[in-house]
Amino acid sequence: MTVSEAAAKLNLRPIAGSKGLETEINGVYLGDLLSWVMGRAKERNIWITIQGHVNVAAVALLTGVSCVIVAEGAEIGGELAAKADAEGIPLFASDMDVFTLVKLIVGLGIA
Amino acid sequence: MRLHYDVSGGEFLRAGEASSSLKKVLKQLGVSSDVIRKIAIAMYEAEINMVIHANGGVVDVDIDSEAVRIKLEDTGPGIPDIALAMTEGYSTASDEVRDLGFGAGMGLPNMKKNADFLNVMSEVGKGTTVEIKVNL
Repeated sequence: MTVSEAAAKLNLRPIAGSKGLETEINGVYLGDLLSWVMGRAKERNIWITIQGHVNVAAVALLTGVSCVIVAEGAEIGGELAAKADAEGIPLFASDMDVFTLVKLIVGLGIA
Repeated sequence: MRLHYDVSGGEFLRAGEASSSLKKVLKQLGVSSDVIRKIAIAMYEAEINMVIHANGGVVDVDIDSEAVRIKLEDTGPGIPDIALAMTEGYSTASDEVRDLGFGAGMGLPNMKKNADFLNVMSEVGKGTTVEIKVNL
């Protein structure tokens, strides 16, 4: 499943990074401690976090995740949106809590 | 190929730009994605440490057909006990830095895990030099 297909099914709000929407997703990683995510998220995973500051873009870019979902209505900084756009990293917002999102993703058969 | 990056300490929120830039260069050179990932993780952790703890520094990268060698030098406070700093979960980062999702004590362990060679030299009050080598 591609990022854009998953985003539509999960009712995510697109914030930035429309260039990367056709990337295929291969799993999910959850985490807010950036070094932890850095060492463990896998290429083309969906990364779900509540961190909305610009360093998220660097971690997303370096791990090669397929997209980032900032969940639970957490604030997304303008710098993060700008950086995600510049780097082509799809960035989404969701008001759902992380557990609900994961349940839906499991239901889609991605993870 | 040689690359040089100046890492600014005042730009905490921009940390990772040198690592991102190196990743792009390695991609253009056709380096495999597994190897790029190792290099990117190790260098990002070192770069973040430089920004958080040492007010920035300089990074020199040397790429040849066998390996990527990265040398990060700062003139920060130094690391009093390198063995302790290498321990997973140990961190001296401030609460402010932790709120941003850093300071999990994974920086040096992540570097060690991903580098084929890691050397950390530090003198309290003078600074720290980190050498990372990843074989191609």
